[in-house]
Amino acid sequence: MADLLTFELVSPERLLSSGQVAMVVVPGAEGDFAVLPGHAPMMSTIRPGAIAIYATDSNVLTSRIFVDGGFAEVNDKGLTILAERAIPVSDIDPAKTATDLAAARAANDEAAIARLEAMQAATVN
Amino acid sequence: MASLKALKNRITSVKSTQKITKAMKMVAAAKLRRAQEAAEAARPYSERMAAVMASLGATVQVGPESPRLLAGTGKDQVHLLVIASSERGLAGGFNTNIARLARKAMEALLAEGKTVKLLFVGKKARAPFMRTHKELIIGYIDQTHIKNVAFADAKLIADAITSRFEAGEFDVAHLFFARFRSALVQEPTALQIIPAALPAAAAVDAKPSDAAPAAVEYEPDEEAILAELLPRNLAVQVFRALLENAASEQGSRMTAMDNATRNAGDMINRLTITYNRTRQAAITKELIEIISGAEAL
Repeated sequence: MADLLTFELVSPERLLSSGQVAMVVVPGAEGDFAVLPGHAPMMSTIRPGAIAIYATDSNVLTSRIFVDGGFAEVNDKGLTILAERAIPVSDIDPAKTATDLAAARAANDEAAIARLEAMQAATVN
Repeated sequence: MASLKALKNRITSVKSTQKITKAMKMVAAAKLRRAQEAAEAARPYSERMAAVMASLGATVQVGPESPRLLAGTGKDQVHLLVIASSERGLAGGFNTNIARLARKAMEALLAEGKTVKLLFVGKKARAPFMRTHKELIIGYIDQTHIKNVAFADAKLIADAITSRFEAGEFDVAHLFFARFRSALVQEPTALQIIPAALPAAAAVDAKPSDAAPAAVEYEPDEEAILAELLPRNLAVQVFRALLENAASEQGSRMTAMDNATRNAGDMINRLTITYNRTRQAAITKELIEIISGAEAL
């Protein structure tokens, strides 16, 4: 399939990545959805989770990036994800996540618990 | 006329002042470049955010059931002025200009019989208000420890504003900062942040070709997205203001220090001339004394 999707991942501080990809799977607030070239325009909030990027072929997973919430917008130009924080899943330290999660549970910080649990889930699969 | 020794001391002191202002100018120039780069890097996000807000603004009708950040409280009585300035002085008219604009707005509101509350980000604009309107100041957010403005800092400020809004402490909020035009020109600006100014954003971004956008699917729905988007948009606006402010501060300081260096140079020239004249006069006087003494013999 020669058709590619323009994908942009933007954080408030800078443009994190931008390029042509085959498919992106986005963890939407109401369930994951895959965006292929020519997707109908849509807008969705994102829950904390990993974005899966299929750069050249929609069967080959190339990279996964963890985002803690944000927005995804699909229009005729492509897919734009606005995220406040994004970390490549390979850079997540499972041990540190576990200790942070324990600390968050102790402090009863619900937002942090949800985020760290999602982070932990992203590293597992 | 001052003595030779005094003049010499004066010249040395002006020279060391000049060295300091020159160094400050160079530091400000380097920092300005970094601040500009940061502002540049933050542009894509705020542009996308504005575009999303605009497309939402075109579909969502502002009504009483809209999120309060957008619709406001329906009142216009209590105004919050968020005034962002720098933590350090010696930046020319930077802080004064922001404070002056804020003061004007404050006085206009007070004259209309509104209640005004002041929230300061950075201490330099706070000082003049401390003297005259101490009772109106409700808070101060310290920025001293921050070297480069991060989004988290802006979010902190935005959260502080939103929580006050939700507690019903004010109806309308304005943000005061200096918009960066160039190293020479910084424009003190007032921006309404609550209620969010949606239609303006739509007007700016709506190009004629986009007049009939394709039906966009919303997930969950427009209202839920908007409710989530508004606090973020507020944080982005604060973040942009802080970045602009940082660049403006450095630009203003650079210009001010450049002027100071030049003034010090002029002063050194003037003092050197006076010094040389005085020295010559002293020599002439000594000669006259010697000659008239010799003639008297």
